[in-house]
Amino acid sequence: METIRPDELADLQLKRLKWSLHQAQKVGLYQRKFKEAGISPDDIRTLDDVQKLPFTYKQELRAGYPFGLFAVPMKEIVRIHTTSGTTGKPTVVGYTRQDLDNWSDLIARNMTMIGLGEDDIFQNAVNYGLFTGGLGFHYGAEKIGMTVIPSATGNTRRQIEMIEDFGVTAIHCTPSYALHLAEVAESMGKTLETLKTGIFGAEPWSESMRVELERRLGVKAYDSYGLSEMYGPGVAFECPERNGLHIWHDCYLAEIIDPETGERLAPGERGELVITPLVKEALPLIRYRTGDVTRLMDDECACGRGCKIERITGRSDDMLVIRGINVFPSQIEHVLRALPEVGEQFIVYIDRVKHLDEMTIEVEMSRAGFSGELQELARMQKGIAGELHNTLGLRTAVKLVEPGSLPRFEGKAKRVIDRRGVL
Amino acid sequence: MEKSYIVKQISIFSENRPGRLAAIAGALRDAGINIFAFSIAEADGFGVVRALVDRPEDAHRTLTDLGFRVSFTDVIGVKMRDEPGGLSDIAALLGDAGINIEYAYAYSGKDEAVLILRVDQVEDAVRQILDRGGELLKASLSR
Repeated sequence: METIRPDELADLQLKRLKWSLHQAQKVGLYQRKFKEAGISPDDIRTLDDVQKLPFTYKQELRAGYPFGLFAVPMKEIVRIHTTSGTTGKPTVVGYTRQDLDNWSDLIARNMTMIGLGEDDIFQNAVNYGLFTGGLGFHYGAEKIGMTVIPSATGNTRRQIEMIEDFGVTAIHCTPSYALHLAEVAESMGKTLETLKTGIFGAEPWSESMRVELERRLGVKAYDSYGLSEMYGPGVAFECPERNGLHIWHDCYLAEIIDPETGERLAPGERGELVITPLVKEALPLIRYRTGDVTRLMDDECACGRGCKIERITGRSDDMLVIRGINVFPSQIEHVLRALPEVGEQFIVYIDRVKHLDEMTIEVEMSRAGFSGELQELARMQKGIAGELHNTLGLRTAVKLVEPGSLPRFEGKAKRVIDRRGVL
Repeated sequence: MEKSYIVKQISIFSENRPGRLAAIAGALRDAGINIFAFSIAEADGFGVVRALVDRPEDAHRTLTDLGFRVSFTDVIGVKMRDEPGGLSDIAALLGDAGINIEYAYAYSGKDEAVLILRVDQVEDAVRQILDRGGELLKASLSR
């Protein structure tokens, strides 16, 4: 499948696209959208016809909360994952048994591609739970017979002891956590001799970070791309060439569009990645706007697999990725606006402190907010951070500032200052 | 009668960065307001400037107009002898009276020294101090 001939791939994609459209037709949202666009699934006769179909936006998934977009009855749903949403409501992703199979096949394919197999001991050091990175990699790795350690996150010293004691050969985590691991290992005087492969994803990371990770952890570092709406990780992955990510065309129909006009861009041009999943049962999506900016690389890969996407270079919207968690500034705004003690303005600073993303939010206090007591202010500051944590699932540092001290904007406000440096 | 001993302290929210105190003090100077006593309390990145002034209402208005967050806090001023043992006597008195101090600061003026106290039960504290022979600053000192 990975080296399928282009014409055979196109036939398969078209067949699966037609199936996906019929699957989508079972969902109220798509019945409505197709009707509005004056199109029926039978009008799609070639792969290029996909351009006639309407886009799907993340907001539409949220509006369907919780199960409104499922194309199968609940009894066929065997798993739920969620992602954080912009207004506090998460996006819910459902999986049928077949979906879970497809997903773990894709992960298995990725890991096999980089030479992992039953001789490897694999530490999966990401959040297990609603985050797709944990269980997604877990089942894929088991499928190819790896010895899986579901270490999850936290207790870094223990993680390092496990790598040493169990002879771990491959690890999956966020790139920022990997650097933290390296740092703690160095401070413990551990060299992590057995570790050879690092799979890093869930947040963007640079080539210079790759150099640093490889040097300090002694691994070969691979980039992993995915999003919960498309099962999770596994959508695209680097092969040993490590020059772009192979996106799995048999399961995902990829387009690159101009995010402003929605027009499809010429091959090789950089724009927003739009994906139509081709084998998803529970949550079929049509032309889903990922918001991720990349391009299709037209040069052939030495490994013989299909067309790659460039490593993600940014977002077409204002979404931030903080320690692997998606955060929209509008979420922060929503929380702060609901608090009477908070004034009109706020600014979000993002820094990388000891390789971990830290978010600091400066908040102007309101007229109502000041009793004159210092403890009251400290309590207020803590309370605001607590509210943000509830919504974002992320620890933030809140700093109260004087009213009027933050810059005012004419037109579009620039409320986020990302100081993590060029990726 | 207890009320006449309750002094209005102004509390001003301030970020902990250079120049903020100058801005507050400059505003009070320009309004011709005299400061008897003051202190700064600091927590994680911000602070509260507390001051006793001769015209608290005017100070409140002046600073609020400049965009500061200002509030009044009721405090009491206990007079102390300005010599060794002065604070010790007062502290013993407060302890005997079971008065819980939230915070305190002091000044030593031309005629006397004063310990400024923020307590939770202010009227009760006034009564207790007077009953035990303590001397309190009159609120009328500040108009």
